[in-house]
Amino acid sequence: MTIPWLTLLGLVPLVGAASLLLPVKELSRVLGMFFGLLTAVLAIVVTTLYVGGAALAEQVPWIPAFGAWWALGLNGMSLLMVVLTALLTPVVLLAEWKLPNAGRWSPQVFVALVLFLESLSLFTFMADDVLLFYLFFEATLIPMYFLIGGFGGERRAAAALKFLLFSLAGGLVMLISVVGLGVVSTDLGGTPTYLLAELAKLPIGAELGRWLMVGFLVAFIVKAPMVPVHTWLPTTAEQATPGTSVLLVGILDKIGTFGMIKFCLGLFPEASLWVAPVMVILALISIIYGAVAAIGSTNLLRLVAYTSISHFGFMVLGIYTFTTVGVSGSIFYMLNHGFSTAALFLVVGFLINRRGSAMVADFGGVQKVAPILAGVFLMAGLSGLALPGMSSFVSEFMVLAGAWSRQPWPAAVAALGTVLAAVYIMLMYQRTMTGPVTEASATHITADLNAREKWVVAPLLAIILLLGFVPGIALDLVNPTAAATISHVGAPDPVAPFGGEGK
Amino acid sequence: MNITAPTFEWLELAPVLIVLTAAILGVVIEAAVPRAYRLVSQVGLMVVSLVAALAVLVENFVSQRSGTLVSASMVLDGPAYLAWAALLVFGLLSMLLFAERRLGNGSTAFAASAAAVPGSVSESEAAVAQHEHTEVFPLALFSLSGMLVFAAANDLLTAFVALEVMSLPLYLLSAMARRRRLLSQEAALKYFLLGALSSAFFLFGIALVYGYAGSFGFRDIATSIGAPVYGDGLLLTGMGFLAIGLLFKIGAVPFHNWVPDVYVGAPSPVTGFMAICTKFAAVMAVVRVFYVALGAERWSWQPLIAAIAVLTMVVGVVIAVAQTDIKRLLAYSSISHAGFILVAVVGASVGTAAGASSSLASIVFYLVAYGFATVASFAAVTMVRDAAGEVHSITGWSGLARRNPFLASVVALAMLSFAGIPLTGGFIGKWAVFTAAWRGGYSWLVAVAIVASVVAAYVYFKVIIAMFFGEPVAGVEVGKASGFTLVPLVVGAAATLYLGLFPGQLLDLATAVGTFLR
Repeated sequence: MTIPWLTLLGLVPLVGAASLLLPVKELSRVLGMFFGLLTAVLAIVVTTLYVGGAALAEQVPWIPAFGAWWALGLNGMSLLMVVLTALLTPVVLLAEWKLPNAGRWSPQVFVALVLFLESLSLFTFMADDVLLFYLFFEATLIPMYFLIGGFGGERRAAAALKFLLFSLAGGLVMLISVVGLGVVSTDLGGTPTYLLAELAKLPIGAELGRWLMVGFLVAFIVKAPMVPVHTWLPTTAEQATPGTSVLLVGILDKIGTFGMIKFCLGLFPEASLWVAPVMVILALISIIYGAVAAIGSTNLLRLVAYTSISHFGFMVLGIYTFTTVGVSGSIFYMLNHGFSTAALFLVVGFLINRRGSAMVADFGGVQKVAPILAGVFLMAGLSGLALPGMSSFVSEFMVLAGAWSRQPWPAAVAALGTVLAAVYIMLMYQRTMTGPVTEASATHITADLNAREKWVVAPLLAIILLLGFVPGIALDLVNPTAAATISHVGAPDPVAPFGGEGK
Repeated sequence: MNITAPTFEWLELAPVLIVLTAAILGVVIEAAVPRAYRLVSQVGLMVVSLVAALAVLVENFVSQRSGTLVSASMVLDGPAYLAWAALLVFGLLSMLLFAERRLGNGSTAFAASAAAVPGSVSESEAAVAQHEHTEVFPLALFSLSGMLVFAAANDLLTAFVALEVMSLPLYLLSAMARRRRLLSQEAALKYFLLGALSSAFFLFGIALVYGYAGSFGFRDIATSIGAPVYGDGLLLTGMGFLAIGLLFKIGAVPFHNWVPDVYVGAPSPVTGFMAICTKFAAVMAVVRVFYVALGAERWSWQPLIAAIAVLTMVVGVVIAVAQTDIKRLLAYSSISHAGFILVAVVGASVGTAAGASSSLASIVFYLVAYGFATVASFAAVTMVRDAAGEVHSITGWSGLARRNPFLASVVALAMLSFAGIPLTGGFIGKWAVFTAAWRGGYSWLVAVAIVASVVAAYVYFKVIIAMFFGEPVAGVEVGKASGFTLVPLVVGAAATLYLGLFPGQLLDLATAVGTFLR
């Protein structure tokens, strides 16, 4: 009997979440960390197996009446997302170790919700059945809703509702398409099926395909917050704890770009080509608007949220260039952005913990009082602006190269975004860290990073640097997926794919 | 003229007869058993009879007994089996709530003496003497037997009689609330008057359709639509009137005005019983009348029902947004669910040989998922109390999660299921009805339904926000309930989760047996 590794991987954090329903009180963090690390180890095992060429896909009938299967599988892209999820979760747990027991909800609930969310996200990334994907995609809203609404700032309940309604509205538009897809599969194939592999073979008519694709796309645009449906993200990030924001922006929002590649391009290649011009323009607007809004932000958490909106613009741009380089870069960007945004959010979180405020104006001269904190803040920031040597540089370059090879002008506009990125990061650093030590900084920021906090950022920065210097380890996984996607879409590649650099 | 005596298929009819006999025995208990032992014997009788009825039903199903009953006035087919099983299970669960005494400090949710004028001396005397109305059990059993027949009726006259048997005890039950008795009596009167009016419409519809077809039987009506003797006028008018009578019972807009008032006024256990069982039986009757008798005429009724479905969903969810009372909210929610069910009715799609689900299977699944979530939520409604009894304002439920995380989680699960969020039965139910409608060619209706779902989600999350993120209100407590409340609560929650994770069995069963015997 073969071991169902993928199911196992998704179930471990779920078991962890369930075990936290027991009154374990003080042990909850340790227990949560145990399950988080166990999942990470399992993810590494799965990665090794995948690289070794083991057959990991699982397929068991689930709801025959709808043609739905318990089908899990991995490709290069989903593997990276799984690894990202499994690595970020323990980091978040460690970062929120000292989550104040602020009366209403105990840290135990937080840990349980994080693990529950991890389990659902893992299944979302691994699902090879559209109904199964949709189920987990929507289900992630429940723990995320409670994470936002239960822990964080004063107006968190309103932020949670805003997040929920945006996501739910997008998700339900997608539901129309998914229901339609099931009906179409019955009409065309005789049997209802939601298996991705089967659906991709169906000869769906051009017009119908476009309608169905738009349904999927709406949900993904809301999820990977693109202007103009991004407004929920800054509100949410401002109110949620930094750990929650990491999970939200670092993992959950990736489902948006992930879904565009896996479902929009995978199921509706013709319709995706048709919609590409619109998506490129939307992506460019996101890049510029996000960057400008970040420059104008007075709140650190909102600022980081806006930088993410700009970054998501890059990812979407990469996808809709329809070049292997662009799509590869976009997938790699998804991974890098996860780590660099996590580092930014968490370091900002450390700052806010000390100062008791998230306003940029309340800081000043921090690098003199807390040099290590300022140092990692700078590192995280530089990763956010895609400095060469950081992993994000590679992916951003690939996206721009892909865009350029298709059409120069979007690449030119996007390149403007990289300049603006330097502005928002450096301005933020200048305002908060440099200059004379303000009175407030001196009174509040009395301690530099402690050991726990160092252990939070160290792995993140290490990964960012590692992938910056040896991007090949990730790109080797991604390139086949990107190439397969592009050949499925059928758009001729204007340049030869690359990806071996840095090896 | 020869009149042949009808044959009785005793075994097939046994579930109905058992419930009916138990109801009559219940009346005897009222007369013969001393007051102190009445509740226990009524509850015992109710549980035993419903379990026995269910057992016989399962036995019949396993032995594959089916066919028309009592000279084709009823029919025992797949849908009837499904409806009966569901009605018996939901009837049992909601009637358990009737017996709860611990929550009300030793008294049930029913008035000590319903006949006494509210606020009068005789009322307080009855309360002091700890009288109680154990007649509620036989009344509910009578009503349940009517529902069973209604869901399996194969001619219009039987349907009408069943409708009345089902409704009359409900009017009485609605008037029996222990607290806020005037409200309860007003609700009952309103229910009765409007119910009688709708029955009149139904009866008039029967007359017109009889005039057209020359028969009450569903099969004969279907035949005569194929070979009409008279013009369409009689049929179409009759169909309209039939629809009014039936749609009133399921609470579809614009025949929904009674729902909020009755749901609020009636004792909460009775509201739960009505919200599930009445709706289940009425929906099954709607489906049977429109599919079996009027199936050939569906081009005429589909647009009509589609319009009503849109109205019902939209009005249901939009007005629910403004509600501040949990029972009113559940009432409008129940209206909107009727709309979602009508979406599948309009689709009128049949399953494919390859196992795609049919309209009927999706409706049954939706109703079952809705039923379990409703059982759990009404059990919860009876448990949240202050000094004056149940607390119905949503602000009063604020901070419930801190007082009792378990109860709050169960309510949250029920709300998520109502909202159609994945991992709950409600999600799969929505999925099923949307698929059925789309397959029937009504993709625009699916789009409308989904917009309504977004608004509905806001409504249910309002309750969740209050419970989980609000500050607890002083004086509101979660009462210590006995098993009579806890069993429906836990079963409802567990089944909601189960249906969300493993919907295959029920869907397959409903698809496999979900064809009408015509």
